[in-house]
Amino acid sequence: MNSPDRVPRDLQSVTADPRYIGASVSRPGAQRLVEGRGTYVDDIKLPRMAHVVYWRSPVAHCRITAIDRSACEKMPGVIAVIDGAQVAALCKPWVATLGHLAGMKSAPQHAMALVRACWQGEPVVAVVAETRVQAEDALQHLQVDWEFLPAAVDMETALDAATPLIHPELGDNLCFTRTLDTGGVDAAFASAAVVCEATFNFGRHTGVTLEPRCQIADWNAGDQRLTVYHSQQAPHMMQDLYARQFSLSESAVRVICKDVGGSFGIKVHAYPDDFATVALSMLLKRPVKFVADRLESFTSDIHAREHRIKGRIAASKDGDILAFEIDDLTGIGPYSMFPRTSAIEGNQVVNLTGGPYQHQQYRANLKVVFLNKTPTCQYRGVGHPIACAVTEGLVDLAANKLGLDPLAFRKRNVIRDDAYPAVGASGIKLEVLSHEACLRKIELLMDYPALRAEQAACKARGLYRGIGFATLIELTNPGAAFYGVGGARIAAQDGATARLEPSGAVTVMVSVGEQGQGSEGIFAQIAADAVGVSMKLVRVVTGDTDVTPYGGGTWASRGAGIGGEAVLQAGLALQANILKVAAAILNRDSAALAVRRDEVVDASTFESLMPLSELGRVAYFRPDTLPAGFTPELMVTRHYAQRDYPFIFTNGVQASYVEVDTDTGFVKLLKHWAVEDCGRVINPMLVDEQIRGAIVQGIGGALYEECLYDASGQLLNGSMADYLVPMSGEMPDIEVAHVQTPTASSQLGAKGAGEAGTAGAPAAVMNAINDALLPLNAAVFSQPFTPEKILRALGRVS
Amino acid sequence: MTSTHTIHLSVNGQARQCAVAPRQHLVDFLREDLGLTGSHLGCEHGVCGACSVRLDGQVVRGCLVLAVQADGRSVETVEGLTDGGTVRDLQDAFVARNALQCGYCTPGMLMAAAELLHAQPNASREDVRVWMSGNYCRCTGYQAIVDAVCDVLSSRKAAEVSSSLKLAALQQAVTQQGKTA
Repeated sequence: MNSPDRVPRDLQSVTADPRYIGASVSRPGAQRLVEGRGTYVDDIKLPRMAHVVYWRSPVAHCRITAIDRSACEKMPGVIAVIDGAQVAALCKPWVATLGHLAGMKSAPQHAMALVRACWQGEPVVAVVAETRVQAEDALQHLQVDWEFLPAAVDMETALDAATPLIHPELGDNLCFTRTLDTGGVDAAFASAAVVCEATFNFGRHTGVTLEPRCQIADWNAGDQRLTVYHSQQAPHMMQDLYARQFSLSESAVRVICKDVGGSFGIKVHAYPDDFATVALSMLLKRPVKFVADRLESFTSDIHAREHRIKGRIAASKDGDILAFEIDDLTGIGPYSMFPRTSAIEGNQVVNLTGGPYQHQQYRANLKVVFLNKTPTCQYRGVGHPIACAVTEGLVDLAANKLGLDPLAFRKRNVIRDDAYPAVGASGIKLEVLSHEACLRKIELLMDYPALRAEQAACKARGLYRGIGFATLIELTNPGAAFYGVGGARIAAQDGATARLEPSGAVTVMVSVGEQGQGSEGIFAQIAADAVGVSMKLVRVVTGDTDVTPYGGGTWASRGAGIGGEAVLQAGLALQANILKVAAAILNRDSAALAVRRDEVVDASTFESLMPLSELGRVAYFRPDTLPAGFTPELMVTRHYAQRDYPFIFTNGVQASYVEVDTDTGFVKLLKHWAVEDCGRVINPMLVDEQIRGAIVQGIGGALYEECLYDASGQLLNGSMADYLVPMSGEMPDIEVAHVQTPTASSQLGAKGAGEAGTAGAPAAVMNAINDALLPLNAAVFSQPFTPEKILRALGRVS
Repeated sequence: MTSTHTIHLSVNGQARQCAVAPRQHLVDFLREDLGLTGSHLGCEHGVCGACSVRLDGQVVRGCLVLAVQADGRSVETVEGLTDGGTVRDLQDAFVARNALQCGYCTPGMLMAAAELLHAQPNASREDVRVWMSGNYCRCTGYQAIVDAVCDVLSSRKAAEVSSSLKLAALQQAVTQQGKTA
């Protein structure tokens, strides 16, 4: 489909007068934020608003034996002290499984623990007061008696007979298991000239959104209606969940998401304290605000990525990859997370491992086990960084053993650019990718031969520098295959409503929201081009279930591809309706008219006929002058769901250049490159910044970030001082380039771009470190690659 | 904990007299009592930098300073910087470079960057990366922030050169005029 002769040199534009799609224009919302005039949830004050703080389990597993509220209730400002049973009277428990993940199980979970608390950080008692300070003061006087219960905290022993069962009714600590086998794996390994294997470890980490999770729940008893101001990515999903868990109609629930201070997947889940805070508002009949503090964030925001994978690769003597095999063990929390479940990440690792390559044989075993640790779920990249690191780590091992250059080895083995549509060995359907074009581009971008020469020159001076590559695929623009088919009520479609205002301005209401990616900016670009108006005339409204069309929101890199297509279709439909009104006013054929730059023009001569402001004036205020029976329809709604493939995959390649200090084990990141193909690029600046930000989050997991637990399940580093994230001083400059292969599944042709950076960065950094360590016969496969681990690998410490 | 202290201070150029609890942090006072919500709370223990404000011209962590410590002093927040127009070029550069995504860290970033522009007008790109390392950003990967600060460093330098050239030209013209007269 995109073999070199068929790649369009210049992308065909999707609109008649393209001015904004494809241009690096600034986001309309950015000005407000640089002036400190954003509205994050904690900035909002409502009349009679109360504040809640939660008493959370101090240990990994305990039985609650008594709650003495008497002293707490007497503290100044305290309104109520509420336990789990009171909340459970209003809010139904849930079981987070998906029907298409065969055999998956989890236990019923309540908004607040009833008898047992199953992880350090699980909410147990709510203290509500007039102010946050009073609530925190009162919390110190709450007396909760509890006794230790044995905990399961090590995934390697979670299924052993000696390990306590977290939920005895489930029979074991196994949440989900899956096996995939193409059938010829053993024969492929038996015939291989080269077999390499390694065990890869991935540290459990979390998203650390700078704005913590927060919400205000406001139950209005007068009109029996719930409004929730929420720092969230999926407002309609939350509307549905609140309605169902509290037995309300959807129309009785409004979810509003104003400015969101970072999300990255952390804010796409339904947390127990979300429901508890709503229950408190219903019990007290007044607004209740919850804002997690940083320790609460570390113990109650979802964690992700704790995997141990034994991987093998088989290759022929000519350098063809024949097979991959992985055995993946991953530890989640005591409950599968609601409603997206904690089994998706492991399932993704199975689907994605080996994804870029042509091999035919693949076997994977996955075990997802329950632990008494913070629940895990989807965090930026979801399984991709793990699958990519395993695949690319094994690819480098095989290339080294064969004596082949790692870039040449990848060029030989990736699926050919003219082979699409294709099916990967794991069964994934690939519409159209461009691995070969991306590999060619990165080789030029980084000047690979010169960099190898520089590396050799440094080696001669005793400096250990390494170059690492990571090819990747990324799942974007999902259809209903992700959640809907499994029974989760999360929309796969999104919608946009476009309205021409009397002045000629355009208002667009979209079900995909903004958390900083620039969604609202690209929607304004698309709408402006589709309708034919200046971008400054377009206002985009998102994040309010009372206002926007119904939709899925932001996840799985779907904002531009799904939401953008809905905006394009709504804009084009509005333009068509504008032309019908113009035809009626001007008494001309609408086919002979066009909208250009805020005016109705003659379609062939482009002679200006009427500004949109005049058309709006007539349509709204002088309909008496229009032909009888004609009604202007200057507000239209269009929806889009991607239904051609389960997912639209993107691809790319990253390269990392590092220097390892063999005396200290420190890794200095010298430079990073990324070439990626997200289809049509709507705003190059925003896409580049998505990729850079995602790469740095991936580097965080590779070098610094890990939620460390002791043997009893206590989190040891629940503060920003102890849990390290990348800072500007350690980060390299990142060069980004694009190959554009639009998807044919939409008119816009855009695929997702938000997660590929995180998917590839850890693998590229790992391979660069191991390339640097190669002359010393050392290698590391356990993320994060701390100085200690590198010194151990070098035998410098034992 | 109900006793309060009366403090007199200047906030964004406006004289204020307020009763505050001795334990109240400066940023909580600014956000909750004065409604200046541009400064944000990220960690409440001085690590992330989102609550940075100026106290007598120096950048401090609003979560590590008590409101009573601001008694008799001058506080400036992002709202004041914006209205004063002194960092307009920096704010414009942040927008132009997309040096912010969610915007939560941005007021603190602007505080740190404005101090750098003042303290190290000849800072290198590497200096900028090191200086800005006291502020967390989880969205951008930092490069656009570094780019924006570097843009302003060079544009301010260029403006300085051009204004000193203009001054020199003016002086020369005056001298010549004197000669002709």
